[in-house]
Amino acid sequence: MIAAYLVLLIPLIGIIFFAVADSKSDMGKINVYFNAICLLATLWLAINVLNQGTILSTSKAFLVDPFNVYLIVLTAFIGLTTSIFSAPYMAHEKEIGKLTDRRLKLYYTMYQGFMLAMYLVLTTNNLGIMWVAMEGATLATVLLVSLYRTPESIEAAWKYFILCGVGIAQALFGTILLYYAAMQIGDGSNALLWSVLYTNAQQLNPEILEIAFVFLLIGYGTKIGLVPLHNWLPDAHSEGPTPMSAVLSGLLLNDALYAVVRNKMLVDGATHSNIAGYLMMGFGLLSFLVGALFLHRQKDIKRLFSYSSIEHMGMMTFAFGIGGSLATYAALLHMTVHSLTKSAIFVTVGHAAQIAGTQRIEKIRGLIRTQPQVGWGLLIGTLAIAGFPPFGVFTSEFLVLLATMHSYPWLAPLVLLGIGIAFAGLFRHIQPIVYGEKPEGQLPVKANLWPVIIHLGLVLWLGLSIPGFLAHWFSQATVLISGSAPL
Amino acid sequence: MNIEQTDFYTQAILSMAALIGLTSFLMLGQSRLLRLIFVFALQGFLLTLTTSLAAHSLHNPHLYISAALTLILKVIFIPWMLRREVLHMNIHRDVQTLKNKTFIMLGGASLMVFSYYVLHPIVQTTAPVMLNALAVSLSVVLLGMLLMISHRQAVAHVVGFMSIENGLFFAAIVATKGMPMVVELGIAFDVLVAAVLFGIFFLHIRSSIDSLDVDLLNRLNEIEK
Repeated sequence: MIAAYLVLLIPLIGIIFFAVADSKSDMGKINVYFNAICLLATLWLAINVLNQGTILSTSKAFLVDPFNVYLIVLTAFIGLTTSIFSAPYMAHEKEIGKLTDRRLKLYYTMYQGFMLAMYLVLTTNNLGIMWVAMEGATLATVLLVSLYRTPESIEAAWKYFILCGVGIAQALFGTILLYYAAMQIGDGSNALLWSVLYTNAQQLNPEILEIAFVFLLIGYGTKIGLVPLHNWLPDAHSEGPTPMSAVLSGLLLNDALYAVVRNKMLVDGATHSNIAGYLMMGFGLLSFLVGALFLHRQKDIKRLFSYSSIEHMGMMTFAFGIGGSLATYAALLHMTVHSLTKSAIFVTVGHAAQIAGTQRIEKIRGLIRTQPQVGWGLLIGTLAIAGFPPFGVFTSEFLVLLATMHSYPWLAPLVLLGIGIAFAGLFRHIQPIVYGEKPEGQLPVKANLWPVIIHLGLVLWLGLSIPGFLAHWFSQATVLISGSAPL
Repeated sequence: MNIEQTDFYTQAILSMAALIGLTSFLMLGQSRLLRLIFVFALQGFLLTLTTSLAAHSLHNPHLYISAALTLILKVIFIPWMLRREVLHMNIHRDVQTLKNKTFIMLGGASLMVFSYYVLHPIVQTTAPVMLNALAVSLSVVLLGMLLMISHRQAVAHVVGFMSIENGLFFAAIVATKGMPMVVELGIAFDVLVAAVLFGIFFLHIRSSIDSLDVDLLNRLNEIEK
């Protein structure tokens, strides 16, 4: 359990450190160190879980089981690779005069604050604290979205703040209803602990839980970026600094989905109907299709990939909604590979935008001729996210499709159509960006592409073969969520 | 069950629910910002009263801490901050013309009916007073959203946002006798940080568009201009 406390303590120290640090020091590097130590702590935690199974702290405040342990490691890993990318990126932004020392300091403080909120969402056993941490993640990132202080970024941040704040308030109402249902069967002090609720889920009042789930889905769904609550997402992703887009897409959306699934497990236990699943399927499929269609109309490269995130989050929500063991397994895998691929793409997109000096798609041209690593990184990343074999996204999308054909065959054409539309939408924009004529005087930038190579390598590995311990966790989590083992 | 047969606490909660619902409607129809802020502070004060009443009647001392937090945050700090902002921007004399005021009020009334409809299933499991309390808090939440939609000033958005928090808080106090202490402290912390962030935002919005009218925040759009 010490490992879990350590995971929370390190970013906390990070916040305090950056808040008081001298802004002349090399904060980018120190941020990398903090995230590296934190990754080691999460690995230690993962080994503990591997040996002992589910860990519940003595006060029952923290819970680490096969469902969240791999998300914790994933969070730490993407936090680390993004911080490696962000150090030279932010230094470049400072050089060209977009940022000052003080804002850079704010950036690193909030980076650690965001990581802390993410770890807290994942490790806590208390559904109330989960809400508080989720709101905390919004508060930590809202000033990062407006970091450049342009009118556009301030507008995006205001929209993000208001929409997510109001949205997440609905989740609190859902949590209060859940607590109210739990109070009727037991004492108050334990009534928000997930582990307690899960064992007593059968006795919870199904009517109240159904109402509660609607609010929880709307609330956390705003953060997942489900259509029609997605408006903040493309704005926040496109106007904030690129490392922020990478962690928002790779981590925040996942963790919000994690919160929904945790609550769905309770609701399923109480209602014995698939009402929660149907809701998730509906919202998921709608987001998937709308996200795919909107890809075609984008003029800004970061907006393009944020719509791709909406599309993929829609697919995961849909898969969790189907709820069988195969679909759940696929959704868990998709969460992992999407995070890895999408954060890698945002890293290359960040460099591409720095090379071209703009984020407008029609102005970014000839990447392969200017800086081959960036061009190839973007191309391979796009291939991976579009679901080409042999990458991991193909495996998970294929499994989702199989599960759909198995459970709801009449929805399979829609899923296939969506994948096709998304593929076309991505490639019509990326093809000229990568292969087009190089504009006069376009120069390469200083870039560290190791994060991209490692991420895409991992996605490729997951597509070819899933390592045993990870498959074991996925199976255990699948049993926990869907009640039956996959395959 | 007749209302005279219930105990003092239940009756008091019912009247508080009615008053808090009323303040939400008052805010909805308000076209002057200073008065809007005053009504918001009043709602916070009613919430403080409810919380202390619950702490006293249910012998639950930790609710006194919540009451104190509400008093400091929602009755004193946030209204003071908003008021200062309004006076500073010199917009306190402006009368906002609310479009379709009648429709907005009618919409508010239907939202209240809708809240009762949504929460009706819980009446089987509990006393009718709970339905009233929960339905009023849900309608305060929804009315807060309507307030944000219908008013175009950033200050009114903050008031709507915080009034949504008030509704949630009322639900937590009445239906569940307050959340566990650690959760409540966390929520209060989030509200405080949100209030500070709003203050920072006012500064940024003012310096970028020289106004607090959110209609001017319209650069980001799917349609190219």
